Amino acid sequence: MDKFELSFTLNGESVTHSVPLDARLLDVLRRDCGCTGTKEGCGEGECGACTVLLDGLPVNSCLVPAFQVQGCDIVTVESVAASVVDVLNRTGTAQCGACTPGIVMSIRWLMQHPQIARQIDLRELMAGNLCRCTGYDSIIAGVKQALKTAGEKR
Amino acid sequence: MEVLTPTTLDEALEMLATTSAGDKALRPVAGGTDLLVSWHDQRKDGMRLLDLSRLHGQLNALQLADDQLELGAMASYWDVISSPQVAQAFPLLAQAARQVGAIQIQTRGTWAGNIDNGSPAADGVPVLMAYDATVVLQSRAGTAEVPLDQYYTGYRRTVRRPDQLIVAIRVPRRPRELEWFHKVGARRAQAITKVGVAVVKDVRGWRIVANSVAPVVCRCRALERTLDGGRKFQDPAEIRQILAADISPIDDIRSTARYRGTVLSRLLYYWLLENLP
Repeated sequence: MDKFELSFTLNGESVTHSVPLDARLLDVLRRDCGCTGTKEGCGEGECGACTVLLDGLPVNSCLVPAFQVQGCDIVTVESVAASVVDVLNRTGTAQCGACTPGIVMSIRWLMQHPQIARQIDLRELMAGNLCRCTGYDSIIAGVKQALKTAGEKR
Repeated sequence: MEVLTPTTLDEALEMLATTSAGDKALRPVAGGTDLLVSWHDQRKDGMRLLDLSRLHGQLNALQLADDQLELGAMASYWDVISSPQVAQAFPLLAQAARQVGAIQIQTRGTWAGNIDNGSPAADGVPVLMAYDATVVLQSRAGTAEVPLDQYYTGYRRTVRRPDQLIVAIRVPRRPRELEWFHKVGARRAQAITKVGVAVVKDVRGWRIVANSVAPVVCRCRALERTLDGGRKFQDPAEIRQILAADISPIDDIRSTARYRGTVLSRLLYYWLLENLP
């Protein structure tokens, strides 16, 4: 497989890597960037464990071809502040942790767009992040608490 | 594997102009949310892709005018969901968009991609078809406009020639009497449709479009004609009988022909009961 030079912004820093033409964004993040926080749960865009922000929008990085990431702005779970994680620890939002990076990225996005969280049901907004442990109630509690905290910071 | 990345529409059309048909054809890729599923299980030899991502800024606009909505080829489900004006003018588009996958898919998936991918289960197509959408195709040879209900010629087959690219989808804006969309899936999100239906009644009459009940997303014209004629139904079986001319559901991994036919008939029957005086 041929390789190509991929340059993009990762968590605020410019990075360049030589990657296979058929790499997915998920592969580049984990293998080339060493950012293993983003997980592969299904490889088919169903579970959301691979959620990252691409140009400000949540996407499944397992479905994004690396060749479309040229010059894009990527934000991964490695960039999330400890203060957000603290809030979610208190609401019991994580158990085994497999879904957690994706959950945290979705929550992160909602914190940046509180008006979206006000207009659409939270369970609908979080429906792209599957969890086998919590039964989702403690995840939604985490979303609400994180939004509340973000609101208080303004 | 080959990837061509045009930076302008003209460049894209130039690249498509020299492509051949069949397996060697240059495949346009927008959001790629279907193409990339289980990507590393797929054979990449001989795959030729036309990456449309650089055209995003040129082709992503939603243009809402008094007489029509024009969706650019790169317009995503999320673009519609997050536009209050478009969502208000075309409520079924926003409703269908919110039931495609989940947010991570909605931000990447495009209406044009959904149309051209040609899945019989496509969720964007029934609502666009019920709204009388037209697909605008461009090539070096010129522009062609194809009503969406004439776009499919068979299972995953469309009228699009290999040298053509969908550049826009036009939806006329008319006052509507009734409109409805319903999707039946295994879950409320992240589900592929087992049975879906979009209904619009306006001055031109009824549009009843179903997905997952035939090799293509199709208008239920026999049923439309019956309703245009003012017919009322006594039970779902009557609707099922008329639908026999319109749909040909099969048993597959998701559902059965019997379930699909029965549920579609019941959905329509009870909705008509409630919404038609």
